[in-house]
Amino acid sequence: MTAQALEQRELASVIGLEVHVQLETATKIFCGCSTAAAEDEEPNTRTCPVCLGLPGALPVLNEGAVEAAVKIGKALNADIPEETTFHRKNYYYPDLPKNFQITQYDAPICQDGQLEVDIRDERRIINVRRAHLEEDPGSLQHKGGSIDTADYTLVNYNRAGTPLMEIVTEPDFRSPKEVRNFLAKLEEVLEYLGVFDSTRDGSLRVDANISMVPADDVADDGSISKETLDAANRTEVKNISSHKGAEKALAYEVTRQKNAIQRGRVIEQETRHWDESRGITVSMRSKEEEKDYRYFLEADLPPLQVSDWKQQIPIPELPDARRERFREEYGLDEESASKLTSTKEVADFYEDVAESFDPDLAATWVADNLLGELNYRDMEITDVSDRLDEFKHLVELVATDDITTKNAEEIVLRQMLDDGVDPDTVIEQEGLGKADDDEIVDFVEEAIEENPDAVEDYHSGESGALNFLVGQVMQKSRGSADPGTANQLLRERLDD
Amino acid sequence: MSDLNAFITEETIDGESDGPLSGKSVAVKDNISTKGLRTTCGSAMLEDYVPPYDATVVERLKDAGGSIAGKANMDEFGMGTTTETSAYGPTKNPVDESRVPGGSSGGSAAAVAAGEADLALGSDTGGSIRCPAAFCGVVGIKPTYGLVSRYGLVAYANSLEQIGPIAPTVEEAAELLDVVAGPDAHDGTTRDEGADSDYAGAADGDVDGLTIGVPTELVDGADEGVVDAFWDAISELEAQGATYEEVSLPSVDHAVQAYYVIAMSEASSNLARFDGVRYGKSGGYEGNWNESFASAREEGFGAEVKRRVLLGTYALSAGYHDKYYAKAQDARAWIKQDFDEAFADVDVLASPTMPVPPFELGESLDDPLQMYLADANTVPVNLANLPAISVPAGETEGLPVGLQLIGPKFGEEQIIRAASAVEQ
Ligand SMILES: [Zn+2]
Repeated sequence: MTAQALEQRELASVIGLEVHVQLETATKIFCGCSTAAAEDEEPNTRTCPVCLGLPGALPVLNEGAVEAAVKIGKALNADIPEETTFHRKNYYYPDLPKNFQITQYDAPICQDGQLEVDIRDERRIINVRRAHLEEDPGSLQHKGGSIDTADYTLVNYNRAGTPLMEIVTEPDFRSPKEVRNFLAKLEEVLEYLGVFDSTRDGSLRVDANISMVPADDVADDGSISKETLDAANRTEVKNISSHKGAEKALAYEVTRQKNAIQRGRVIEQETRHWDESRGITVSMRSKEEEKDYRYFLEADLPPLQVSDWKQQIPIPELPDARRERFREEYGLDEESASKLTSTKEVADFYEDVAESFDPDLAATWVADNLLGELNYRDMEITDVSDRLDEFKHLVELVATDDITTKNAEEIVLRQMLDDGVDPDTVIEQEGLGKADDDEIVDFVEEAIEENPDAVEDYHSGESGALNFLVGQVMQKSRGSADPGTANQLLRERLDD
Repeated sequence: MSDLNAFITEETIDGESDGPLSGKSVAVKDNISTKGLRTTCGSAMLEDYVPPYDATVVERLKDAGGSIAGKANMDEFGMGTTTETSAYGPTKNPVDESRVPGGSSGGSAAAVAAGEADLALGSDTGGSIRCPAAFCGVVGIKPTYGLVSRYGLVAYANSLEQIGPIAPTVEEAAELLDVVAGPDAHDGTTRDEGADSDYAGAADGDVDGLTIGVPTELVDGADEGVVDAFWDAISELEAQGATYEEVSLPSVDHAVQAYYVIAMSEASSNLARFDGVRYGKSGGYEGNWNESFASAREEGFGAEVKRRVLLGTYALSAGYHDKYYAKAQDARAWIKQDFDEAFADVDVLASPTMPVPPFELGESLDDPLQMYLADANTVPVNLANLPAISVPAGETEGLPVGLQLIGPKFGEEQIIRAASAVEQ
């Protein structure tokens, strides 16, 4: 420590992450049991001798999980080794069927990767030290109290054996906001790869290491020397389950650590539990000794040669690249391009619509109208995945002038979402088919007859009078008249 | 059935179809899972454990028409050389009931030797098939690692062990091996070898032109009567057209130490799941989870199991891992290399299976180190993942002597052929 006491110096936070993501594979990582969402299932029904850890059962590697991991490695621009191996991590915990976890140790599937993240106006590179495969434990339900005070605890092994990828970053984050942006970006990339489902409960779990260092020890490029890092005591915050939660938990922890240091206290090196409902971190019994996991090679899983996998497994265009292409290819502004690449499904749908109709019209309809109305209803595009053809048909009706934009937006789209009906049904029920010119001529006659004052005002040169009459025509047509046509026909008739 | 105590659970399960094992009864070692039939591993911890699934080998022997004669006694979790560490009492040697049958598959070998079963399945982690075969005067085969599926075999040291046959003759042992060998989708360490095997056909006694290597390290220091019987058997093979030469495997002097470090390390992890939650006595203990697990393990495991789990945990611990576990792995690599070099010059290697005749009951229990050293000739084979057979080769003072023949990887046919010549 330098001569000046730490409590008198400006502080900066240093954060590194261990992110656990559940991989979307059809079956568990070492057995044939399904991985479909298990929350609603009867406990312990989605199990077999392998994931229950029964005596004599052996793990057999699901290569689908390795493929998903290789995709993540490629997206993170990470090194994939020639050969990858599995180890046992030994510790006793009631949610672990075998009292060891099969994981990776010295030959993980991914090493030295990175992810580019936009932080404020800056593009930052977050380095990923390693990412490895492992099995998820089961889940515990404490009855009659918390983990320490429960009368008894129930174990559910439905989740046990779900493939997990643990992604470990370097301590490259300087603020909780950066962590949140990184996690959002990571989720986006993983969903693009089709290996992750963020809507699934518990699909993302984050442990964060956080410490405070003197702000003037941080170099201009954000780097911090190893000596500074080693000198700082850090806490590990567990039980974070979303990117919003990560920001809140770490903001709390930054304040707590700063306050403690400013009062001259030393930060205890400990594990803290993020209590989401109370919005605080709590110490998890600091007497917990340093764990010795006694890692050793899992002989039941032979080493897997993966050197060729990187070439053989394709990955889709990732969000950053697609955003750029949308701007160039479709002439979209940054905001629209961003919205339209927010998920792979949105982007795919946009491209489908843009290929058939005008890209600008498609952008307005997908980015503003559809996503806007979905968002208003707290829905996602995934909630209407099977109805995208109907939405495309609606855009077609607008593009071919069969319905006005106003009616399409305000009546048809909303009823489609609220009532679950297709656009043709709404149009028929509401009589919204675009009025033909003969009908409009009749409405023009009626409007002129019924509003002699407005006609007089028009002739005396009052500019608002025409707009009033157009409004009347529109009303009579229940919005199905084209306002331009009404305007033109009115002028022709009045100027006669 | 008898007072040998060869079985922990006597129950007959008929075979499911006609096949090569029709009419044959098979004693199944009690660490091989049998659906609906309790599988104790010789431990009080699993006294009430009934597997919901069959081991692959059990499925295969039922499909081949074999019936199960019962679950054979064994050292607790395979940890022993005498079958005396069983929580269900020791098995007696049918040749001399004051002696041990060897172990850990002592119940399997005794059942076959006494005619209580036609055939048996054992498992061999460091000699657990070959030792009791030698002590009871029957034939036992430890297959190449990866030849026979371990799915359903309750693990003691999973990088070392294989299931294998025990039978009165080499040909019958080979027939049973034909049934159980071959790849299994449930065991990622199995290989394609053995899929269409005809090991029984190799038991033709034709050793003309066979070269036998005799590793001096595995003969020196053995009991005199055992050595005499061994050389008599080699002379017999010479008379049938084989030649022998002495070879050296300097690394095997480290085999027992390396074996016990690796086996105990793996055991400490493999046996961790037996914590009282789903196996053994559950609940009713004072304290937190860790304390409750410790009580259940204290109560459910016998002394030898505790000794090995503790030593294995120690050998894997931070600060000792490099000194013990990593060194043992180095020794294992060296031993593999020594065997590879030897097999460049000879077809099979031969040694006494056990350096001593069967112990008196109770003799070795007080001195675990002495018991571990008796495994000197068998453990190198497991460390090198090789196949070996023990075949009866005479007697010393009325007690059986076994000859061990070791083959190169997946060289089962060579050792079966050579062993069948010893029988003649
Ligand atoms: Zn399963």
